[in-house]
Amino acid sequence: MHMKKEGFGYKVKKYRILLLMLLPAVLYTLLFAYLPMVGALMAFKDYNYADGIFHSPWCGLQNFKFFFSSGQALKITLNTLGYNLLFIVVGTALQVTVAILLSELKNVRFKKTAQSLMFLPYFISWVIVSVIAYNLLSYDSGMVNSLLSSWGMEKISFYEDASFWPAILVFFSVWKGIGYGSVMYLAAIMGIDTSMYEAAEIDGANVFQRIFKITLPCLLPTLITLLLLALGGIFRGNFDMFYNLIGTNGILYNATDVIDTFTFRALISSNDFGMASASGLYQSVFCFLTVVTVNKLVKKYNDSYALF
Amino acid sequence: MLRKGEEMRRNIGKDKKLLAVIGYGLSGLIAVACLIPFLMVLSASFTAEETIVREGFGLWPKQFSLEAYTTVFKDPAVIGRAYLTTIVLTVVGSMVGVLITAMTAYVLQRKDFEWRNKISFFFYFTTLFNGGLVPSYVLMVRYLGMKNNYLALLLPLMFSVFNLLVMRSYMSGVPDALMEAAMIDGCGDFKVFWKIMLPLSKPAVATISLFIALAYWNDWYNAMLYIDNEKMYPLQYFLYQQVNNIEAYKKIIAQQGGGAALGGAINLPTQSLKMALTVVVTGPIILAYPFAQKYFVEGITIGAVKC
Repeated sequence: MHMKKEGFGYKVKKYRILLLMLLPAVLYTLLFAYLPMVGALMAFKDYNYADGIFHSPWCGLQNFKFFFSSGQALKITLNTLGYNLLFIVVGTALQVTVAILLSELKNVRFKKTAQSLMFLPYFISWVIVSVIAYNLLSYDSGMVNSLLSSWGMEKISFYEDASFWPAILVFFSVWKGIGYGSVMYLAAIMGIDTSMYEAAEIDGANVFQRIFKITLPCLLPTLITLLLLALGGIFRGNFDMFYNLIGTNGILYNATDVIDTFTFRALISSNDFGMASASGLYQSVFCFLTVVTVNKLVKKYNDSYALF
Repeated sequence: MLRKGEEMRRNIGKDKKLLAVIGYGLSGLIAVACLIPFLMVLSASFTAEETIVREGFGLWPKQFSLEAYTTVFKDPAVIGRAYLTTIVLTVVGSMVGVLITAMTAYVLQRKDFEWRNKISFFFYFTTLFNGGLVPSYVLMVRYLGMKNNYLALLLPLMFSVFNLLVMRSYMSGVPDALMEAAMIDGCGDFKVFWKIMLPLSKPAVATISLFIALAYWNDWYNAMLYIDNEKMYPLQYFLYQQVNNIEAYKKIIAQQGGGAALGGAINLPTQSLKMALTVVVTGPIILAYPFAQKYFVEGITIGAVKC
């Protein structure tokens, strides 16, 4: 038995096949994830196309100054946070409720059908959802307005009134995510030891006591993990959803603009690379800080819930 | 004594009944709410344009018409090309993507691979911090020359850390003994992966392939960022463009001519056309759905337990 430490070169040789197998994914990640991280430095540069990211002149914090003095920074940050909180709270509550209810239902065929239907919206793109939203909400021919006018009520021009959009956005976010989320929680419920339920039944607990005393506490670890994941992304707006439902409808920006849509417009519509890279880096840094902080707090409280 | 027992039994019955009412009621309601919008789009696509203009969208085509579909397929080459683009991207992307994901996951779950934790973190870190839209965009356009390049539609969706984690946690559930036996028989690392791990991971491979395929099928974002050439549009972005351009197009025609000769063009079935396009774009997903759903549920379950 020799305890000689194996050298790096020796290990590379030993692992050469495994390393070759890792190569495509590692190169991919370096190129599409790590290189842009370095490129994020352009937020401190006065970018021009000819000089590129690395040779454009530095400009200190100027881009951030413009971003924070645009009067938009606070608004889009609050919108992003507010919408995500709403989506998380309403979405999670409904997903957990549906999962619990489905787990308690006896009719297997009903259960399967309901689950399949709820899962359907998950499979379509937000482009399609925007068509559906238009079908429901348009002023001239939308279903909601047809119903309103057939009841003798006044039509609502949803696309010109920002006050309805928090509710509309929550609706579509929940609508699209309910199937996915409830399947996830249902899987966790299926993993609960059934002997606990049997014991509870013998002790005379009713179904609601069983749900609140057994199912919910057993769901807690899954729930906390998923909430943490969601909280980690709380500074990240769902661009796909906001851009398809709101698009370039400026009337709604005040109530619906999030960091991602702002960054996108600064980049694509105004070609303002400085502003866009500043708001983008601002978002990335806050995302990172949130994840790390949340994870640290959780670790202190209960190590097994931590994400990493 | 007897009466008390009876009362208890009745109470137990009552709570079960109440739960059944809430359960069937609420989940039935939500399920219907998830279905109705699809029916509305389908119905509108078969409704005559005047009916939509006069009465709005309904759940049932009051005046049946195929006009929207004949308009969609008037020039089948246009939508055909978008279809072909999306199908090729989906097939190639999910096949290559799942192979890379599986290969990487296999190496990272090998307990005898000393660097597995470090390299896992190398991947995991990218979910915690990213460079954001602008540097990625500049990288793609300025440095990789991806503007109007099919690779701009293919590469960004090929590999994701989430899929890697799902695949790895499935593979670490496969008993090591099988792999060890093959190693003793003289199989190399890649052969063990190819001949043993991959066939044993079929459910995860199916799930991840579908996850990736769905991402390709539904992608419009990369096309919006990187593709200007109409002929290169994938299906979803084609739909996005059509839906957003139909109204504009109608206005332009009305302004240019306004004459009787252009009356036909002005009466383009815009509302029903949007809906018919949507049906044509969504169709394959809905048709594949009954087969795919099972694998999605499995994948989500693996993800929920482990991640």
